[in-house]
Amino acid sequence: MTDKKIRVLIAKPGLDGHDRGAKVIARALRDAGMEVVYTGIRQTPEMIVEAALQEDVDVVGLSILSGAHMALFPRIMDLMRQHGLDDVLVVAGGIIPDEDVPALQAMGVKGVFGPGTSTDTIVRFIREHLS
Amino acid sequence: MTDHLVEGVLAGDRRAIARTISLIEDNGAEAQATLAALHPHTGRAHIVGVTGPPGSGKSSLVNALALYFRRGATGERGEGGSPKTVGIIAVDPTSPFSGGAILGDRIRMRDLAGDPGIFIRSMASRGSLGGLAWATADAVKVLDAAGFELIFIETVGAGQAEVDIARTAHTTVVVEVPGLGDDVQAIKAGILEIADIFAVNKADHEGADHAVMALRMMLDLDLGGTATVLHHGRLMEVVRTVTGGEEPPSQGPLPPARPSAWRPPIFKTIATRHEGVVDLATAILAHRAYLEQSGQLVQRERERAAAELETIIQQESLRRVLACAQGEKLAALIDRIVRREIDPYTASQHLLGG
Ligand SMILES: Nc1nc2c(ncn2[C@@H]2O[C@H](COP(=O)(O)OP(=O)(O)O)[C@@H](O)[C@H]2O)c(=O)[nH]1
Ligand SMILES: [Mg+2]
Repeated sequence: MTDKKIRVLIAKPGLDGHDRGAKVIARALRDAGMEVVYTGIRQTPEMIVEAALQEDVDVVGLSILSGAHMALFPRIMDLMRQHGLDDVLVVAGGIIPDEDVPALQAMGVKGVFGPGTSTDTIVRFIREHLS
Repeated sequence: MTDHLVEGVLAGDRRAIARTISLIEDNGAEAQATLAALHPHTGRAHIVGVTGPPGSGKSSLVNALALYFRRGATGERGEGGSPKTVGIIAVDPTSPFSGGAILGDRIRMRDLAGDPGIFIRSMASRGSLGGLAWATADAVKVLDAAGFELIFIETVGAGQAEVDIARTAHTTVVVEVPGLGDDVQAIKAGILEIADIFAVNKADHEGADHAVMALRMMLDLDLGGTATVLHHGRLMEVVRTVTGGEEPPSQGPLPPARPSAWRPPIFKTIATRHEGVVDLATAILAHRAYLEQSGQLVQRERERAAAELETIIQQESLRRVLACAQGEKLAALIDRIVRREIDPYTASQHLLGG
């Protein structure tokens, strides 16, 4: 008998101090039966990848508002690869301009969700990609 | 797969440690074999339980304690003895409605990021309470086998699950806050049985001294009235010896362990400012020394091993009996119990008899 649960890390890289959106997502994922490791604001790429490794998560969800994503994501994806976390699903949410989406996807960020995205959509996306 | 993981854990490989803990949490088939292979390498760590109500500052305290054990009070490496490697298992409740959980303890443990001598794992309480205690104990074994010298287990509250987890720990720190401790009645029953050390955290808030007094009174009531002391739920004879007193020379080959009393000390702490943490850390080490000198460490290892074996036998024999009884036969027996044609005792004899 196994009771496998989907484990998700929700992290907020960058310097801005608002995590309302990240908390809404964290609660929605919990309500969908997932175990959500929430690490709080101002996470460095190193902190995020260290937590993803120790917590053995299936998904890393990055919430970003500051516009620093094009600087932070390459570093995060690099570190993930270095630590052998290639099989972890990475998704991003927040304020990310459309023109940056292809570049993020090319880096390996599988899902990019704008501010209006319903939490149901995100839950479904995660479930589909992990099955 | 299993061999690979075992090797990784023993080498301190973080991915292997993380994977093995997941295996245990998910109750995977390989978990047993992995734990079996790790068992000879366990038993070296000192295990500290930290329990108390939500929001009392458990995570903040674990953060401050871990930082102290890594770096000393001034942040200088090596101060106050050699730094210890620290493993942390932080348990948060699973939502009974969705089965999901938000595990937020890492928020308070930012100071520990980037230190290769620290490993933090968040766990959700998931299913049954008894199951949680064993999953936690098994996760601790993984960190123990990986060579972490000090292991903290953070759990909420003081229910049965916490009592069970306290049995896993060598030293249990109970965290209270001003206000809660005002009223002796408000201090949860059962807390005295598991507490080796009290921390009255948030001592920057009003009423900390009052809380300390209330706790002290409870301890006096508990310890003063009788010649016995409750320690980890077990009544033990109190042998009053002078400090550093020698045990009388034993006659028989197997002298019973006769621990002198450990009186749980009470400390005021302000976890967010790292105040009171040195005293708390010192008390944890003192309690370890007490357990070793009193012979209790050995005695409790035996008790724990016995309880563990018993649980495993229960689970395994239940599994075997149910696997043997075909579904129909079982359903028929249950129907007969409901119809009062047979009683459950006799029915179980049928099943156990084959
Ligand atoms: N004023 C004050 N706040 C504290 C202290 N220790 C922790 N806190 C705060 O109390 C809240 C809960 O702390 P946390 O460590 O998460 O508690 P836990 O739920 O018991 O793990 C956080 O906002 C902490 O910053 C303290 O000693 N004094
Ligand atoms: Mg906590």
